[in-house]
Amino acid sequence: MSTQEPFTIEQFYNFIKQGKLMAGKCQKCGKIHLPPRPLCDNCYSQQFTWLAVSGKGKLLTYTVIHIAPQQFQNLAPYAIGIFELENNLKIPGIIEGVPQDQLKIGMELTLDLTSCNTTQQWPQWSRYCFKP
Amino acid sequence: MNRKPLVSIIGAGMSKFGKHTGLLTRELFAEAASEAFSRCPKLQPKKDIKALFIGHMGEAYEHQGHTASTLADWAGLVGIPATRTEAACGSSGAALRSGIYAVLSGLADVVMVGGVEKMTHRTTAEVTEYLAMASDYPFEQFHGITFPGLFALMATSHMHNYGTTEEQIAKVAVKNHYHGSLNPKAHMQKEITIETVMSSRYVAWPLKLYDCSLITDGASCIILTKPELAQKYTDQPVHIIGSGQASDTIGLYERKSLSSLQATKIAAKAAYEMADIKPEQIDLAEVHDCFTFAEIMAYEDLGFCRPGEGGKLVESGETYLNGRIPVNTSGGLKAKGHPVGATGTAQTYELYLQLTDQAEKRQVKDAKIGLSQNIGGSGATAVVHIYRREK
Ligand SMILES: CC(C)(COP(=O)(O)OP(=O)(O)OC[C@H]1O[C@@H](n2cnc3c(N)ncnc32)[C@H](O)[C@@H]1OP(=O)(O)O)[C@@H](O)C(=O)NCCC(=O)NCCS
Ligand SMILES: [Zn+2]
Repeated sequence: MSTQEPFTIEQFYNFIKQGKLMAGKCQKCGKIHLPPRPLCDNCYSQQFTWLAVSGKGKLLTYTVIHIAPQQFQNLAPYAIGIFELENNLKIPGIIEGVPQDQLKIGMELTLDLTSCNTTQQWPQWSRYCFKP
Repeated sequence: MNRKPLVSIIGAGMSKFGKHTGLLTRELFAEAASEAFSRCPKLQPKKDIKALFIGHMGEAYEHQGHTASTLADWAGLVGIPATRTEAACGSSGAALRSGIYAVLSGLADVVMVGGVEKMTHRTTAEVTEYLAMASDYPFEQFHGITFPGLFALMATSHMHNYGTTEEQIAKVAVKNHYHGSLNPKAHMQKEITIETVMSSRYVAWPLKLYDCSLITDGASCIILTKPELAQKYTDQPVHIIGSGQASDTIGLYERKSLSSLQATKIAAKAAYEMADIKPEQIDLAEVHDCFTFAEIMAYEDLGFCRPGEGGKLVESGETYLNGRIPVNTSGGLKAKGHPVGATGTAQTYELYLQLTDQAEKRQVKDAKIGLSQNIGGSGATAVVHIYRREK
């Protein structure tokens, strides 16, 4: 993996667009950052390498949003979860394809990176979701 | 407990909380300032007040930033340094902390601290969006997570870890609405039953309409001075004897615990140590019930009960007005209302009334020591203060 790409959230989402879930690993202390960040909060190093992370996630907690912001109103009600990935990394996301009464803490779902792109001016990131 | 106070409160004011059609932020704040001045007749505001610290969250509501200087002007204090602190719903708790820094530094002997938010002229969708700005944009807002959603995520985790029930959570709303019915300045002054809560529609499962704080207009303020100057202004000051403020990751998802707030624990520990007070010595508290579940977490994080036992504590009735430790006698954010920037100093306003025996129908008998806990967002800011009555 090239080390040219900056360790930024913008780059994280560029990888998402390419179908890859990538974290930054600190070369000095080994801490893995998801999302990547340009300054290690543990040892202040600015040297990182990219690390591919598996999209297999365990559901830590969830909710179902009924009152949504404008942009999401056509989706409501929709389920949101926080997932634990490998290396104790965590990430939140929308859950699709699970009936809401069957959501259960501990269930395993997989990150789906083929989801929708946004059309707004900023940010032009691509949204992911979790599916069975 | 007998430590020298950090600062003393010599006056406090609060607008009626509710829907104020036709008023702007600055006009609401003038109402609070006017009450604070009238409660402290010996104060000469223009001469004595040397700085203003304002908690205010959103310029989107009125298309108006630069709030602190505007409010200094509308409070009749133009000329003094005026600074805004922004920490979402914890903005005026953080402003209070800044006011304490100012007095303790010796740069200002008397300061005014307050907060304000005007929200009800916007649609719920707009307000939901503005409030969400206090959460992480790239991983929370961008993925459709709302504020009620963040607290719902914590509630689900707590229910799973400790067996806390939706009914227990609902009891916080019943209690706080009862207290709100005794507060003439509360937004909603009506009692409700557990069925009212349980049968209300979901906002973010497991949280329902009656688990949510209100979208409210309101302003609040207090006037602080050095303890040695307090008697010059009033014979009934209230002393701040402990102060703690802490931060946490902006993203809820990054935290170790999803069912407690680390920032509250850090801020509480600092405030308790400074005041030399233990949780058992607190006579009453105003805590940040932006959602009913948040009050249950606050009980635990502030040490009023053990982790996981917050649901049982509210069920026991001990946090009611006549209980062992009354919590949110003002009605809390749930019934008094939650004009976000105003909430921190509105909590202080309630404790000021209680500790000077002016809380009328909701007066806690023999209250000596009070505590306030104000949080910002999903807990990336927490501010805890401990108060003691004069005698
Ligand atoms: C819960 C919420 C979404 C309800 O908004 P809404 O669906 O637009 O509801 P409306 O304003 O249309 O009100 C409908 C009715 O419910 C009542 N109501 C609104 N919010 C209420 C609440 N939180 N609790 C109890 N009753 C409420 C209204 O008074 C109204 O009653 P009425 O029909 O008798 O007049 C909104 O109050 C909210 O977002 N609250 C949370 C605010 C928040 O997140 N604050 C920051 C926390 S960190
Ligand atoms: Zn490092």
